[in-house]
Amino acid sequence: MLAKRIIPCLDVKDGQTVKGVNFVNFRAAGDPVELGAAYSRQGADELVFLDITASHEGRKTFTDMVQKVAARIDIPFTVGGGINELSDVDVLLKAGADKVSINSAAIRNPNLIDSIAKSYGNQVCVVAIDAKLEQNGEWVCYLNGGRIPTDRTLFEWALEAQSRGAGEILFTSMSHDGVKQGYPNDALRRLTDCLSIPVIASGGAGSKEHFKDAFVEGHADAALAASVFHFGEILIPELKAYLRAEGVVVR
Amino acid sequence: MSIAVIKYNAGNIHSVVHGLRRIGVEPIVTDDFRVLRAADKVIFPGVGEASSTMAYLRAHQLDQLIRSLTQPVLGICIGLQLMCRHSEEGDVDCLGIFDADVKRFVSERIQDKVPHMGWNTLQQTQTDLLKDMEAAYVYYVHSYYASLSSQTIAVTDYLNPFSAALHRDNFYATQFHPEKSGMAGAQVLKNFLLL
Repeated sequence: MLAKRIIPCLDVKDGQTVKGVNFVNFRAAGDPVELGAAYSRQGADELVFLDITASHEGRKTFTDMVQKVAARIDIPFTVGGGINELSDVDVLLKAGADKVSINSAAIRNPNLIDSIAKSYGNQVCVVAIDAKLEQNGEWVCYLNGGRIPTDRTLFEWALEAQSRGAGEILFTSMSHDGVKQGYPNDALRRLTDCLSIPVIASGGAGSKEHFKDAFVEGHADAALAASVFHFGEILIPELKAYLRAEGVVVR
Repeated sequence: MSIAVIKYNAGNIHSVVHGLRRIGVEPIVTDDFRVLRAADKVIFPGVGEASSTMAYLRAHQLDQLIRSLTQPVLGICIGLQLMCRHSEEGDVDCLGIFDADVKRFVSERIQDKVPHMGWNTLQQTQTDLLKDMEAAYVYYVHSYYASLSSQTIAVTDYLNPFSAALHRDNFYATQFHPEKSGMAGAQVLKNFLLL
């Protein structure tokens, strides 16, 4: 059976991981390559590295990091942040990334999805969607890390992204992210059940049960989290043992 | 030991180079016929579309070269598919090394996602390439698969059982990516080097 995937996400600024880390005794806790390798050893199924640097210099540093990750780590990894055009994708794939994640740029220029899929295959193109549940009950998509609302809504945008060639949807609920009260399982289920491509749930994990709920109730294909892993609140081997005992298929 | 990786127009060839380096081997990436023929082992990797990669192989006579190799050869992902008889992707005749045809996954229910992406298990494993790999999880990302045949040496079940790996004479191939399959994948690469 295809296993449900557990995906730690690392925010990288100027070549260093941003969020604090205290889950193991690391010589280089801030080094994303070392951290990624440690997660891989612990049983992470994939990794996501997000570049949160704005500067040109920072981009170069990030690309160097991608090369080091590709050489060192033996599980698939996705990179995102600051990808605006096909040439950005080309640089990151040549550096060794398996997939790229595009967010605001895809909403601003949906043709970017078509171009990536046509040039490199659907499996390379992860479309990340930041959405927020508004008072009127609509899930509205946001740009620029959740600062600018758009006229797009989650379900119609995800379907369009799929039809343009997205290989996966990474859905972050801004209403749940960082709150540690669980993933938005109703919206997740509606999303996964209307798409024929895999959905990665992101934002909201605070306990092992939350992961189970995302898989069992939300029908998610994968679950992404950051701080619960970085701060050692949840250890991947224990999480997988728990999920297995609950009947969720994991590696 | 000399390991050659076939250079052609498929993507992601370098991921297997990294995988080999991690187990202590430095491969040569080349399309030089003499180097490929002389290598102790040849790897035919890549991610790509069947008809365009097959057209490239024919245009460069790499199709004939690959068929004529006598040392152990390992195809990976699109490499496996191109070593089959025919692929539905672009309706193209392939190298015909394996008696299997490549078909697209048909999803009859919305929850059956295509591509098949992620970690799945190997079953009915045979040959030294897959020694101790029974029930191991390996990483897949593909929308087309090779049908089962008498040359199937491992089965994975996704929507239907398909050839996770194939073997005939000196030719081996895996649909999964050993270079992205953690420790299990590294073991498959090590096993190949011992063949």
